[in-house]
Amino acid sequence: MRSQLVKTVSKIIDEDQRAVLMLGDIGVFAFRETIKEHPLRAFNIGILEQSTISLASGLSMRDLIPIVHTIAPFLVERAFEQIKVDLCYQELGANLISVGGSYDYAGLGPTHHCPGDVGLLNQIPSIEIIVPGHPEEFDKLFRSNYENERTTYFRLSSDSNSTPQDVVFGKNSILREGKDLVVIVVGPLLQVAIDALEDLDVTIIYCTTIKPFDTSFLAQYPDKKVVIIEPYYSGPILTNILRQTESLVGDYTSIGVPNNFINKYGSKEDIDHLIGLDRETIRQKVVTKINE
Amino acid sequence: MEINRIKRKILQVAHTAGEGHLGSSFSILDILYVLYNKVMNITPENIGSDDRDYMILSKGHASLAHSAILEDQGFIDNKQLYSYCSHESILGGHLSRCKVPGVEASTGSLGHGISMAIGIALASKIKNIENKVFVIVGDGEINEGTFWEAMLLGAHHNLDNLWCVVDYNRSNDRALKLDPLDEKLKGMGWDVASINGHSHKEIFDALCKDSMQKPKAIIANTIKGYGIKEMENNPAWHHRMPNAEELASMLEELS
Repeated sequence: MRSQLVKTVSKIIDEDQRAVLMLGDIGVFAFRETIKEHPLRAFNIGILEQSTISLASGLSMRDLIPIVHTIAPFLVERAFEQIKVDLCYQELGANLISVGGSYDYAGLGPTHHCPGDVGLLNQIPSIEIIVPGHPEEFDKLFRSNYENERTTYFRLSSDSNSTPQDVVFGKNSILREGKDLVVIVVGPLLQVAIDALEDLDVTIIYCTTIKPFDTSFLAQYPDKKVVIIEPYYSGPILTNILRQTESLVGDYTSIGVPNNFINKYGSKEDIDHLIGLDRETIRQKVVTKINE
Repeated sequence: MEINRIKRKILQVAHTAGEGHLGSSFSILDILYVLYNKVMNITPENIGSDDRDYMILSKGHASLAHSAILEDQGFIDNKQLYSYCSHESILGGHLSRCKVPGVEASTGSLGHGISMAIGIALASKIKNIENKVFVIVGDGEINEGTFWEAMLLGAHHNLDNLWCVVDYNRSNDRALKLDPLDEKLKGMGWDVASINGHSHKEIFDALCKDSMQKPKAIIANTIKGYGIKEMENNPAWHHRMPNAEELASMLEELS
């Protein structure tokens, strides 16, 4: 996903004179050619995320297109007020691209974890939240949205699905139909969900746009149990269904990151197993729900 | 005096609205007056052009002074000014860039304005446009870490098209020690001047001073509530409105 980030953004900096890249002292080596070729529009801005977002707001006031990239907790949690006030409240366009959420930096501990980014940003009116599950999906979604004059958050992860889906901003895709229940699966968890639910008779809906959330499919499944599988703290999709439909009639279950500090190290896979976002646990929870 | 005409209007609006920060507004009014009348290239006619000058009032609670100046310059009309803070008004206690012509940034949360101004100034460098960017910050708001982040950014990017005016009315003396502020700002790589923030000549000279490759910080030594003896440096007037009797007395003092 990171190498696609470099390819996609570098090409846009090459092609679009309005685009300005600011790195929070990460990805600097990967973007070295772009920084060298466009010294006025591609910078290592430094480790000052709050001012970077405000600065991006000033650029956007002048009809430039800021692209800010750093690690999720620092981009979102440290600079939250600037994202809310300086970008979204002022109706300015910007692209915020994170890496590391939720616990890709598993060995570095909770200071570098960020399962709360999507839920936190979901509280800001007008922001767009995109969670691609494959590098090609990021490329397509970024290209379709980066100049739309809105603030858009792109959450990139180390995990990637084996094949890309034909994603469209603001639309969910029904990947297969089944009788027993409906599974909504977000971004990079698609692969593990497909593997876990392979022989179960369930509908699988793939989601890469968390906000605005596409609720159009709900009417097709009025009596179905719905299981949401999401790679961050549970809740944003349920919240958005409630906000957009003003009701939560139905039987919803969320399988996401539990709202606890993860005080263990190791690999991302170790954490997946610890908190139940692995294939076996997901399958077990869905089977239990089917049999309820 | 011309400036007293605007001060009288501010008092009348505050009395009518029952809202406004008069002390802060009178602290910066001379700076705003000189900026809009003698320094900045900004008018209601050129507001849509990219190469005009820009000004962010980072200490957004002084919005009453900014609103009065915008009315005086023709960006908004008299009726809009006197609607200040009413339910349907475009003018609030902190001004919104999405509602008020001539307002660059929706400020109110302290410590944001200077970094937005850095972005505006950097945009001019990217576009190779020669214009000027001004930001007015309060002394209280420079407690915020983001102000010092912005100091680093302004110096690093050699933003010689940026002027930061610190409204040094000493309202922050009850909190953190800022002195020697000039030495601190110089140490951050900015060109620093310390002036009487109510002397139009000193304000003009400092705002017109050029220094290649460096952003400029102007420490404007001001008096909160300047021009009304009862209000000057009196914390009781930070967010208090004059009643009818006080209004009459203040208008008389400014006549």
